[in-house]
Amino acid sequence: MASVSVKNLDLSFGSVKVLQNLNLEIEKGEFLVLLGSSGCGKSTLLNCIAGLLDVTGGQIFINEKNVTWNEPKDRDIGMVFQSYALYPQMTVEGNLSFGLKNARMPRGEIAQRIQRAAKILHIEPLLKRKPAQLSGGQRQRVAIGRALVRDVDVFLFDEPLSNLDAKLRAELRVEIKRLHQTLQDNTMIYVTHDQIEAMTLADRIAIMRGGAIQQLADPHTIYNKPVNKYVAGFIGSPGINFLDGNAIEGATPSFDAQGIVIPMDRYAFAQTPQPKPAVFGIRPEHVLHGDAAVGQAFSQQVAVDVIEPMGSDTLIWSKLGPQDFRFRVDGQADLSVGDQVLIGFDPANASAFDAQSELRL
Amino acid sequence: MVEAVAGPAGPRPVRALSRRNIILYGTLIVIAIYYILPLYVMVVTSLKGMPEIRLGNIFSPPVEVTFQPWVKAWAQACTGLNCDGLSRGFWNSVVITVPSVVLSIVIASVNGYALANWRFRGANIFFTILIFGAFIPYQVMIYPLVIILREIGLYGKLPGLVLVHTIFGMPILTLLFRNYFTSIPEELFKAARVDGAGFWGIYFKIMLPMSLPIFVVAMILQITGIWNDFLFGVIYTKPEAYPMTVQLNNIVKSVQGVQEYNVNMAATILTGLVPLIVYFVSGKLFVRGIAAGAVKG
Ligand SMILES: Nc1ncnc2c1ncn2[C@@H]1O[C@H](COP(=O)(O)OP(=O)(O)O)[C@@H](O)[C@H]1O
Ligand SMILES: [Mg+2]
Repeated sequence: MASVSVKNLDLSFGSVKVLQNLNLEIEKGEFLVLLGSSGCGKSTLLNCIAGLLDVTGGQIFINEKNVTWNEPKDRDIGMVFQSYALYPQMTVEGNLSFGLKNARMPRGEIAQRIQRAAKILHIEPLLKRKPAQLSGGQRQRVAIGRALVRDVDVFLFDEPLSNLDAKLRAELRVEIKRLHQTLQDNTMIYVTHDQIEAMTLADRIAIMRGGAIQQLADPHTIYNKPVNKYVAGFIGSPGINFLDGNAIEGATPSFDAQGIVIPMDRYAFAQTPQPKPAVFGIRPEHVLHGDAAVGQAFSQQVAVDVIEPMGSDTLIWSKLGPQDFRFRVDGQADLSVGDQVLIGFDPANASAFDAQSELRL
Repeated sequence: MVEAVAGPAGPRPVRALSRRNIILYGTLIVIAIYYILPLYVMVVTSLKGMPEIRLGNIFSPPVEVTFQPWVKAWAQACTGLNCDGLSRGFWNSVVITVPSVVLSIVIASVNGYALANWRFRGANIFFTILIFGAFIPYQVMIYPLVIILREIGLYGKLPGLVLVHTIFGMPILTLLFRNYFTSIPEELFKAARVDGAGFWGIYFKIMLPMSLPIFVVAMILQITGIWNDFLFGVIYTKPEAYPMTVQLNNIVKSVQGVQEYNVNMAATILTGLVPLIVYFVSGKLFVRGIAAGAVKG
């Protein structure tokens, strides 16, 4: 059963069209992440689902019910914001009970629900405090609690961790994942621009760009089989290597990266290969070096240009032909600038794109 | 090897009374004297008897302190047929100011809130008209308003003047509140909507408790503005309903008998006392309100 479905959604601010003919189906209990760079319309989409923005066209269904014109409170949704948006003059308890009081719920039940939510989120000792007396992480827990007490079917998160420092962010990320596992029936839609959050949390990721969904798939597919060059470049850190060149058709298809020829017979083409300008993409972590590179479908001697140690591993910059090429080595590897290294990779792990349409070949 | 020094090296620099400081403080002191001198003269004169005033030393302190001018100004001075002093004008002003202030702030805050948070159809046009209204010189509206008030039967009555003050306060107050409410994070408003609060629920439970400072500002503006008003008071009321300012004018300008400077001074101070007190009392509250808001974050 679809928990949330968005059909042909249009949204414009005056003459600015932010979302155009957007379609999205989310299953019950699914954790969907909307991922995209700033300004691509993620929050706008979330606000439309929440009912905080009036759509220009199209429909929104929640639990098979057309809620396109319903008030936010009648949509069975709860929302968590980047800035926490706690009511500053109310205690934590007041914040949690505000929605329930508005719904005229009996007092006993309100108390019960607050107890339950506080227990799940570990905020029991904080109930009498004001938001100003809480740390960022605690505030965001309370904000999540505000959605939790209302016992909603769909949780909407708008960059909930972006205001936290790196350590807290990692902690709370796990807690949100745990929360989703605890509440198995709850659908979660989570907006972020952080690909780590997206990869770790999502059942499926929707990559957005310019108000349109580029690819909607599970994290594994998004990472390994990006549908276009934008998605390939957006996902992965350090970023994927792009080599400009030409696809060559012959006895075995291959790729000519400005003089360097890469055999492509092990690559699973999405389209019948044709000779044309193309872009070859291979992730730094899929490039092997030294002994491991021997016997790979493609291998080549390169010189080390720049070394970027990152702790657990080290990123090496070199050149493949005239083009920049990065690969990852173990953090303990003993390499210095100018060294010659044998690198190699399996083109089965690569992604190739049409240079014009930027679609996957 | 040099031994590690605890704390900063060398003696603490002495803050000298630099030339810049002398000029700065000198200017400030001169300006302060310029503003305080008239008040000093008023207070001193109001405490003197008429013979002493006739000597002409307006800066000298009173030889014989008398409160008689104050009593006379408050309770005995004559304007027209009435000889019950400024007290009548004082109570008129109270009756005019209190409802005008309350009414204008209540309406303007709801207006500002609606404009800031509920972008209803035509909100922009409404706002433009309102702002435009702030720039129309109100002299051009005086006569039409006289006619309107006469038609609805409020001309010359206190409710009529209250209505006029409420309307004229609307543009600037609405702008004030709208700007304040737009500065409150929009996500707070969104969260309250998701929590099922409606127009009034959000206004009373979320917005109002966060807006004490701006209400104090609006109160200062309105109380002083309406209390000090002379023009509307003299135009839209009748003598028995004249506000304090109009009555003060009539006392000071009275052509019969001698000019009692001491009574005039006392009457003037009495009239100005309310805005002064408002500044002193709410100024503190205002600063506290802002500070509290800043800490809340
Ligand atoms: N109230 C608004 N009026 C006009 N344009 C807006 C408004 N809100 C957002 N936009 C525009 O819509 C686009 C998408 O915004 P948003 O959904 O907030 O992006 P993000 O993906 O960063 O959350 C942006 O280009 C932004 O400038
Ligand atoms: Mg956003």
